[in-house]
Amino acid sequence: MSVTPENPVDLSRRTVLRRAAAVGLAVPAVGLLGACATSGGDGETEQVSGGTKSATNPLGIKEDAPIEVIIFNGGYGEKYATDVHEPLYKKAFPKSEIKHQATQAVSTVLQPRFAGGNPPEFVNNSGEKFLDFGALVNDGQLQDLTELWDAPSVDDPNKKVRDTVIPGVVEQGMFTTADGGRKPFVLYYVSTVYGIWYSGKLFKDNGWTAPTNWEQFKALCEQIKAKGITPYGYAGANAAYYQWNVILTQAAKIGGPDVLKNIDNLEDGAWKQEAVLQAAEAWAEIGAKYSDKSFEGLKHTDVQLRQNQGKLAFYPSGDWLENEQKKDTPPGFNYQLMPVPSLTASDKLPANAIRAAGGEGYFVSAKSKNPRGGMEYMRQMLSKAGARGFTETVGAATVVPAGSEGYEFPPGVASSQAALKAAGANVFNMMFDNWYKELDTEARTATNELMFGRIKADAFAERIQKRADAIKKDTSVTKFKR
Amino acid sequence: MRHGKYPFVIGFLFVPVTLYVVFVIAPYAQAFQISMTNWRGLSAPQWVGFDNYRRLLDDGNFWKAVQHHGVLLLALPLITIAIALFFAFLLNVGGRSSGGQRQGVWGSKFYRVVFFFPQVLAVAIIAVLFQMVYRPNESGLINGVLMKLGFDPVLFLIKPNLALWSILAVLVWQAVGFYVVLFSAGMASIPAEIYEAAEMDGATRVTLFFRVTLPLLWDTLQVAWVYLGIAAFDAFAIVAVLSVDSGGPDGATTVLAMEIYRNAFVYSKYGYASAMGVALFFLTITFAALTLRLSKRESVEY
Repeated sequence: MSVTPENPVDLSRRTVLRRAAAVGLAVPAVGLLGACATSGGDGETEQVSGGTKSATNPLGIKEDAPIEVIIFNGGYGEKYATDVHEPLYKKAFPKSEIKHQATQAVSTVLQPRFAGGNPPEFVNNSGEKFLDFGALVNDGQLQDLTELWDAPSVDDPNKKVRDTVIPGVVEQGMFTTADGGRKPFVLYYVSTVYGIWYSGKLFKDNGWTAPTNWEQFKALCEQIKAKGITPYGYAGANAAYYQWNVILTQAAKIGGPDVLKNIDNLEDGAWKQEAVLQAAEAWAEIGAKYSDKSFEGLKHTDVQLRQNQGKLAFYPSGDWLENEQKKDTPPGFNYQLMPVPSLTASDKLPANAIRAAGGEGYFVSAKSKNPRGGMEYMRQMLSKAGARGFTETVGAATVVPAGSEGYEFPPGVASSQAALKAAGANVFNMMFDNWYKELDTEARTATNELMFGRIKADAFAERIQKRADAIKKDTSVTKFKR
Repeated sequence: MRHGKYPFVIGFLFVPVTLYVVFVIAPYAQAFQISMTNWRGLSAPQWVGFDNYRRLLDDGNFWKAVQHHGVLLLALPLITIAIALFFAFLLNVGGRSSGGQRQGVWGSKFYRVVFFFPQVLAVAIIAVLFQMVYRPNESGLINGVLMKLGFDPVLFLIKPNLALWSILAVLVWQAVGFYVVLFSAGMASIPAEIYEAAEMDGATRVTLFFRVTLPLLWDTLQVAWVYLGIAAFDAFAIVAVLSVDSGGPDGATTVLAMEIYRNAFVYSKYGYASAMGVALFFLTITFAALTLRLSKRESVEY
């Protein structure tokens, strides 16, 4: 922080100091107030110089410089880092030390480190308490990954890293900088496919087949209901975003992926697009007729357990679900994914279109001591061995297709990978919840209101639009475009 | 040794006052400062003057939270004090008198311990316990019984107009034990002769309660009211853990601390959250000052 008379923060801090001094407390207070919460970036970290570039060290990292790795210890645990990626890095650069730390609250651990100008090199920014990517980008804290994407890959020096990952991944991690440019800052590593899940066994036993259009879907819900099973449900208490995801996926199928682009870009009236209204109306009917009012008070694990117990037929989620429920799933349950059914015959996208994206964000801190080391760590992660090791450790596919070739996935992930393949080019994604958390919160609340019958589709669109407009006007929020 | 007095006093005060200033006063002061900025937690904050406060004025969730504090402020002390007084009276003077000494009801020593249990549990544990109690399906403690008996389940935390009262019930349940003990201590210091004299004049238990116990407990009641009022401005832990969708449905149970938490740690809007914090600070101070002033009344000497 620069010391200028115009800087009000310094002024008021000085005032505080003066008053403290007046009561004779200046000596200890100076040191402590100097470390006050907002003293962002006082000490610039001295960065290590680069090493010589070579075939095995294309990014030119300094071979003996240490790196610090922060892993979010959530659904995927930390073993994939300690047992797979870190040894790979160590093998390539034996002289470099790796400091590993796992946490469940990324922002709690790292916010003071960024504010103090001493961030770790490599961060798995995920979980409930992830650091706001927008704020990080805005503050120039993220390393531009262009060099990494253009570097030769570990396995094939003639192939760039960007060509070893599935299309759209680099694009997904791109953010608009303060000067208006667009740069890749974030690596989304895990391939995530979203859809509606059911038990292959339950369906087989009852002779049901996964519906592809709305009439079939409603007819099947009717049959399921007649059997005394709740046809459809999600957890309102903490996982309402699973359901807005379904509504917006439906909207994208009706009106094409641009519907979601408009929402992400905070276009005027984006939430009031005809496709969004139609989708919301259709799902509100499902909520009213084929769900259970008590689900609003349940957590995601409670509802997922009910599905495992055979009391619930359809449940919307991403393909981490199978791994998450591993302990509670009865043998032979056979998780299967079905794409959100088409609403009308005139839908712009076919029935097999799905939402798929890279999940689990990783970044390198631009202001850390050894950002090149952080990028090299990513290059090792994206190697065939790195991706394969991750897949074998956690049972999920990465964005590196070569890593999961020939790997036998459990039935659920196998079905989502098959769905991804079947969708071909009809894969879309949305980003607004990552970019504007407030909008995510509002969408969750509105979704519960809609699905549990307290508001109608137009009121649903109206209230989210209102919040989107407010965010658009808020100058303190960094805006993103795609 | 008059001239040695001040160094002596200052010597004692220096460390605690320094600690207090650095860890309590300075963060408070800083909250005021941050509330005038648009700080997002990372880069240096920019001064925005009263913008955050202006935005508070048309923030629906903020006003909902304030409204809920209003409800809690009236209901929490009233209900808690009424129940605690009733129990304390029964435990101490509600039973028969033996040998001229008034006794509590039968088994009062046991109840006294039981009432205090909730106070011993951590708030987070209480919230998790009540998740089980309120669970809206057959595995809930209350609804399990209701559904066995053939009734529809009561959606305690889901019905927007029932949710806040369900939260309030937990707050009361948790607080009552402490105030039973507090009032018991107060009642124990009321001289037995007064009760004896009143009884000889033919006072019933109800008269005893309203004409003797209550007036002589006034000071204790006043303290209880302020404590409970301040508790009504908090309620964060219970709401955060117990309510649906963090203060939902649709903000029906939200409180200021919940909104502060959300704005600061979910939206990274530390400046705006600090403005809410400052608002909460003034609300609490105003309440405490008002209560102490309004309830000023001659206390009875005995």
